[in-house]
Amino acid sequence: MLLTLTPAALHRIRLHAAEAYPEECCGLLLGSEGEGGKEVLDVLPMGNAREESRTRRFLISPADYARGEAVAAAQGLGVMGFYHSHPDHPARPSQFDLDHAWPWCSYVIAAVENRTPTAVKSWVLKDDRSGFDEEIIESRDPAPEAPQAAPAPRIRAGGA
Amino acid sequence: MATRVLIPTPLRAYTGKQEALLLEGKTVGEILASLTATYAPLKRHLYDDAGALRNFVNVYVNDEDIRYLQKEQTRVTDADTVSIIPSIAGGRS
Repeated sequence: MLLTLTPAALHRIRLHAAEAYPEECCGLLLGSEGEGGKEVLDVLPMGNAREESRTRRFLISPADYARGEAVAAAQGLGVMGFYHSHPDHPARPSQFDLDHAWPWCSYVIAAVENRTPTAVKSWVLKDDRSGFDEEIIESRDPAPEAPQAAPAPRIRAGGA
Repeated sequence: MATRVLIPTPLRAYTGKQEALLLEGKTVGEILASLTATYAPLKRHLYDDAGALRNFVNVYVNDEDIRYLQKEQTRVTDADTVSIIPSIAGGRS
């Protein structure tokens, strides 16, 4: 599986992870799904709704999630998944991540060590909920639309 | 009688990309049973091994969280809209 992120989106995730340190940051990945996988064109940073344990846990409330879906739809995009940071911890999912994961979504995890962003990895829940599969992250801007595009364009570049 | 059920993005891979479904049932529990009977792979993502709704699965009748109504026994009519809205939780440990 492949997850494409624009360089700007990847930068915003790393920046959010550094700014939130030592607490965890979180947000939504906005984009579209094409034949080659999900393409993330923008991110929507969210406040961590947890009131305690914010250095090792995050929460996006249902109200914030619903707002995010509306923001995505207004841009002609969809929610492709979520990102969060792991302060002073590897960018791999925890058991707590697994226990609360939604299917199909990409879970981007940004490791941050002493306020410096390090590895960024993406994961998708296995259908039987036994674990995650890692996705390959490709950071690039969306390809420009062909002037005489025969197939319908998959990406609305104006939404980024 | 069928009630409109809004499906969040993470579950649409299981419903043929449909954002909304019309499902039969007199209560939220019956509606969700109809949903998981039609789209069986959804069940493990909505319910835990003990058969309870997972705590990050939020179900609303119109704008009311069913936790503050009669939970899965909350009655619905074809004038209501049932929404499944995710909470997103996780963390390093």
